Amino acid sequence: MSEFSINTREDGDVVIIETSGYLNNVGGEKISEVCHEQMDNGKKLFLLNLENSKVVNSIGVSILIEIIEKLQDVDGKLGYFNLAPIVEKTFNIMGLTKYSTVYGSESEGLEGMA
Amino acid sequence: MSPKESPKVELTLPILPDMELAATKTAEVVAKHMNLNEEKSAEISMALIEATINAFEHSESDNGHVEIHFVIQGDKLVIKVTDTGKGFDKTKVEIPKIEEKFGSDHKRGWGLKLIQELMDTVEFESTEEGTTVTMTKKK
Repeated sequence: MSEFSINTREDGDVVIIETSGYLNNVGGEKISEVCHEQMDNGKKLFLLNLENSKVVNSIGVSILIEIIEKLQDVDGKLGYFNLAPIVEKTFNIMGLTKYSTVYGSESEGLEGMA
Repeated sequence: MSPKESPKVELTLPILPDMELAATKTAEVVAKHMNLNEEKSAEISMALIEATINAFEHSESDNGHVEIHFVIQGDKLVIKVTDTGKGFDKTKVEIPKIEEKFGSDHKRGWGLKLIQELMDTVEFESTEEGTTVTMTKKK
């Protein structure tokens, strides 16, 4: 599998992070780094596009729990779109969907974050 | 292979980063052979990733590899993941809850819960000489 990579852009107050590759500990840490950098710049709304990360493991997803926790401190939000069904199921089993939101599309996510 | 013998695939994985993905590739081929649907195939792969990284991370295995056996028993796939580490006591493994992870330094520990949720049956045999996780999925 190709190396994990990230592309970041902004739409208004929302930071959209597009990932590519296996969301394991390395991938999770890369997402975390980007979120922390952006939070230092005052950003607190994040949308993850996981279209190109169809394989995850619980260690990578655990790092998203850390991000959710940090965002709770600043009244921020984390959302996701383009999830593979097994990724969404994993998020449900681990409880992430109680504290962050799965959206059907980017536009739905941007609307939901507003 | 004799006509009555269950089809079997055996893998020996070195304990190296991301090697669990080699196991999922095999699982996908076996699931396709069994005509399992995409949902079940993906659940098997996810459970296998978790079982394999658990074996890699927690076994402290001294021989540097994990054995994975796939056996097709009629309409059921049986997967055994075996390490030769120090073993563990399943009764001491707490079922994680996300609420309890907030405020804790330990956000991990979800592997067993995911395996149990994604597979039809899961059994653990663990001694001081190693652990075997046996999980099944029906068609």
